[in-house]
Amino acid sequence: MADNKQDDEILGKAYDSKLMKRLLTYIKPYKKYVIIAILLNIFVASLGPLRPYLTKVAIDDYIVNANYHGLMIIALLLFGSLILQAVVQYFLTYYTQYLGQRTLYDIRTQIFEHTQKLALKYFDRTPIGRIVTRTTNDVESLSELFSSGIVMVFSDVFIIIWILVFMFSMDIPLSLVTLSVLPVLVYGTFLFRKKIRESYRDVRFHLARLNSYMQEHVTGMSVVQIFRKEKDELKKFSSINADHRDANIKSIFYYALFFPGVELLSSIAIALIVWYGGGEVVQKSVGIGDLFAFIQFTEMFFRPIRDLSEKYNIMQTSMASSERIFKLLDNKTFINNPENPIKLNGVKGDIQFKDVWFAYDDENYVLKNINLQINPGETVAIVGHTGAGKSTLINILTRFYDINKGSVLLDGIDIRKVDKRDLRKYISIVLQDVFLFSGTVESNINMDNNEISLEKIMHSSKTVGADKFISNLPNKYNEEVKERGATLSVGQKQLISFARALAYDPKILILDEATSSIDTETEQLIQSAIEKLLVGRTAIVIAHRLSTIQNADKIIVLHKGEIREIGNHQELLAKRGIYYKLYQLQYKDQELRKSN
Amino acid sequence: MKNLLTLKKYFIQYKTKLLWGMIFILVSNTMTVYLPILLKDSINEIQKDATSGILLKYALLIVGTSIVAGIFRYLIRQTIIVVSREIEYDLRNDFWQHIQKLPLKYFQNNSTGNIMSHATNDINAVRGFIGPAVMYSIDTVIRLVIVVAIMFSLNLALTIYALLPLPILSYGVYRVGKLIHEKYTKIQENFSQLTTRAQENFSGIRVIKSYVREANEIKRWNELSQEFLRKNMNLVRIQSLIMPILTIITGISIIVVIWVGGTKVINGEMNLGEMAAFVMYLSILIWPVIAFGWVMNIIQQAEASMKRLNKILNEPYEIQDSSSTDLSVKELKGEIELRNVSFKYSESLPEVLKEINLKIKVGSTVAIVGHTGSGKTSFINLIPRLYDVTSGQIFIDGINVKSIPLDILRTNIAVVQQESFLFSDSVYGNLSYGLRDIDKQRVEEVSRIANFDKDVQSFPNGYDTVVGERGITFSGGQKQRASLARALATNPKILILDDSFSAVDTHTEEEILKNLKEFMKNRTSIIISHRISTVKDADKIVVLENGRIAEQGTHYELVALNGLYAELHYKQLLEKELEELN
Repeated sequence: MADNKQDDEILGKAYDSKLMKRLLTYIKPYKKYVIIAILLNIFVASLGPLRPYLTKVAIDDYIVNANYHGLMIIALLLFGSLILQAVVQYFLTYYTQYLGQRTLYDIRTQIFEHTQKLALKYFDRTPIGRIVTRTTNDVESLSELFSSGIVMVFSDVFIIIWILVFMFSMDIPLSLVTLSVLPVLVYGTFLFRKKIRESYRDVRFHLARLNSYMQEHVTGMSVVQIFRKEKDELKKFSSINADHRDANIKSIFYYALFFPGVELLSSIAIALIVWYGGGEVVQKSVGIGDLFAFIQFTEMFFRPIRDLSEKYNIMQTSMASSERIFKLLDNKTFINNPENPIKLNGVKGDIQFKDVWFAYDDENYVLKNINLQINPGETVAIVGHTGAGKSTLINILTRFYDINKGSVLLDGIDIRKVDKRDLRKYISIVLQDVFLFSGTVESNINMDNNEISLEKIMHSSKTVGADKFISNLPNKYNEEVKERGATLSVGQKQLISFARALAYDPKILILDEATSSIDTETEQLIQSAIEKLLVGRTAIVIAHRLSTIQNADKIIVLHKGEIREIGNHQELLAKRGIYYKLYQLQYKDQELRKSN
Repeated sequence: MKNLLTLKKYFIQYKTKLLWGMIFILVSNTMTVYLPILLKDSINEIQKDATSGILLKYALLIVGTSIVAGIFRYLIRQTIIVVSREIEYDLRNDFWQHIQKLPLKYFQNNSTGNIMSHATNDINAVRGFIGPAVMYSIDTVIRLVIVVAIMFSLNLALTIYALLPLPILSYGVYRVGKLIHEKYTKIQENFSQLTTRAQENFSGIRVIKSYVREANEIKRWNELSQEFLRKNMNLVRIQSLIMPILTIITGISIIVVIWVGGTKVINGEMNLGEMAAFVMYLSILIWPVIAFGWVMNIIQQAEASMKRLNKILNEPYEIQDSSSTDLSVKELKGEIELRNVSFKYSESLPEVLKEINLKIKVGSTVAIVGHTGSGKTSFINLIPRLYDVTSGQIFIDGINVKSIPLDILRTNIAVVQQESFLFSDSVYGNLSYGLRDIDKQRVEEVSRIANFDKDVQSFPNGYDTVVGERGITFSGGQKQRASLARALATNPKILILDDSFSAVDTHTEEEILKNLKEFMKNRTSIIISHRISTVKDADKIVVLENGRIAEQGTHYELVALNGLYAELHYKQLLEKELEELN
């Protein structure tokens, strides 16, 4: 836990060359396009600074010399450059963003693919919310880096370079005088960014406090109200709220200083142009048009410099997110397939547990020395008190977890020598907690597998008795199933999960019966469904129903991770051991209810 | 705009500061507008071969004017934007004060995330209106009026030509902004679909793995991601328009000035200085014009947010003191009586309690048992009026609870809820929660009774340990004992325990019950439990079944009755045997 917590707290450096290198591997497939984008950027960056230069030409060569025709040509040139700039700008932005979004798509799908390979052990230990955040939010926060960050940095740099090129080609001394405000601007901007970042961090800290206070107290509102603490809590809330306000007001101070400051700097630059440049014009070393151009250049300078400092922030968040993403991608908690798997060509369904030991944490054994033989076609019921190891026993059979010692054999083959997918194709599990996906009834039965025809779905539903309620639904098999099957009853969900198992027609069926009591009518439906489900296959049932254990070929009594008793219902009852007690506790009521 | 009128009272509260802000806007704009005039004059001087002294004078004037303008710009932010933060603060406080008084029902029907989003996103959107939107709209209007007036006075025709593109720009920004907002909402929807998809997949990973559907899941995920990509590109298509639009329209204005203005200069109808002033005025106007279109969007979003906020602010409190409250009630002894009490959570839901009649004597202990959903928790929630009865009455000391001041009622009743909830505060702070101030001695005393003192000693900072900090998490049992201690600390006349020992082992529970015996003397207690061992010594045990009292009596009476209680008793004996079996 402690380790995971840190995971979310990674703040990130602004630049980490190792992370950056790895991030850049994602744009490698688009390398050609990135280069084209950068080249286009160099070109389009020149068009903006070109216009002040054209203005100068218009004034000094044509207006001053009263050349209407020349002025018109310049105006048309200006217009042309404007349109060209706008058009290229549009496609360039679009194109860059497309590259960025493509890259994000690649990353998003890669992460998801990775999660699908991770073993259950990983999911047991990691809160689902965290895995979700990695695949969604963290990827999103890379968005700016890829879609505008990388390419736009080039664009800003080129704009600045072009402006310098034009200025110096027009008049070097005037350029130097004008640019004398530049160091102040650059320094000021970066200082501002730094201060803003600090105060923004402060704001975020107080916002987080405010949010966690609200989160906590909305959740615990009943405690607040029971203890009549509304007034005191309001006081506390106000003080946190006030801290948040003050932090914001402090950041206003920097903005209030920065924006007028930038305006002042640009005025100083203009004043310098008037004073020094004006003198040069009087001495005829430059034309009046140069003054016009330089005034426009000064205004052009400010935006890219401001943007560049902003890119720094984008980098910081992206680095933190990418670090978290890479950590997930580097997690290799897999259940590995053997290198040369034995191909299963139809199985008989003979299962054997040989001296099996298992612990979730490699320390506390939940299954101890399990030896068990299940013959093809047999139905085996597993019973036991809470925590006896029943669910674990079925989990290791499908290699959701790998055992620590011993072996599990299917038709005499160690299941670790078989491809997991191959193995699971022959074994279906029906879990106690039915999990339905959002989709339709049909997609829940065939698990979105188009190879399973509608006829087969309908046949399976009919066999387990689910067809009745399904045909009563407004859209039958096409009826929408909400997230987690919210609109269906517990019994209906179970029937659907039975139909699902049957549609896949497994050789071996593992059934974890639900305990929750349902109305008698549904109960009867489910009982007969289970009977039909078990016919003709090897079945292992964690039984909660008396009828199931009574029909089982053998009952296995697990207690504290060990097999304590094996036999059929009558034999075990006669023993008066653990089974007898369990029977009294869990199953006897059902007998009473039945006889009622 | 109807909903934003709610903000009137806040604006009135800060009217002086806001008024000053407007004056500052006026002054700074006057200064800003003066700059191009200075530039015009200096260029005209330059053309007349001005001396360096005159040029220096103009340069200094330009710098001086912008310093004054800058100071006032600074003051504008320090008034108007600061006010927006102050109003945000007030609004959030009012919001919280209101939220705290809402009945528990409200919190059951509205998710925490939802309430949080109102308190943050919606209030934020409203603040955006108060601050930037108000500032820029006043600024724009004032600037537009002054600048246009001056430009007209310089050259009427040129002004019209040059300004023609600007309204289009403003409208363009407004439209594009709106479109972006729409597309963005769509993207958000798609994004939450992605989140749901991921959530669902990871929750159902067992099923997916056992049916070997990983490849298909990946395919579906990729399709959804593709859709997300497509939606994003839809937005990009619009978003990419912004820069080109700005480039073209602002550029065209300047070209117009150079071409048309240049022609006029050649014709001698205006001079170069005036032309320069025009260029500068345009650059002064462009930002406010852009901001104007943008502000319109902010206002629309703020209106929508304020509507949502108003909906909450108008939620009725329901449970509160009223005119029928008997203010003379100052203390309670603890005799409880329920008369024909029925209760349902809402009109459309079935009754969870049906005609309950029960009398609980002062100082006695009553235990309530029953299956999940039999109505136990609903029952005890009615006594401190966390919910009000649907029909019937509840009396304490013969007074209808609805007539007892809520303060008196709740401070005399301590409830230890089923799900123990501790705040992220120190142990001292948590356990003194019901007290005026932290009372260390009292906290230590009740910790002993609740058998929590030994646990506290094992914490790194003892009673000063902060819950939830640095990975210090309490076990379920520790949380339950802490909340028990917190309840005991208030010295209640009525103590209600709602299955408060479920995570405590039986041995510890026995000790706590032994300690409680002394404490509960002269206090009325109601204990809900699933365990027979917890309830067997109660003066009276009530068995609830489907919202009705099915059995009541002492442990021995009920065992003899051979009904629901007896069955429960027998099962728990068996369970104990199984657990002890090796």
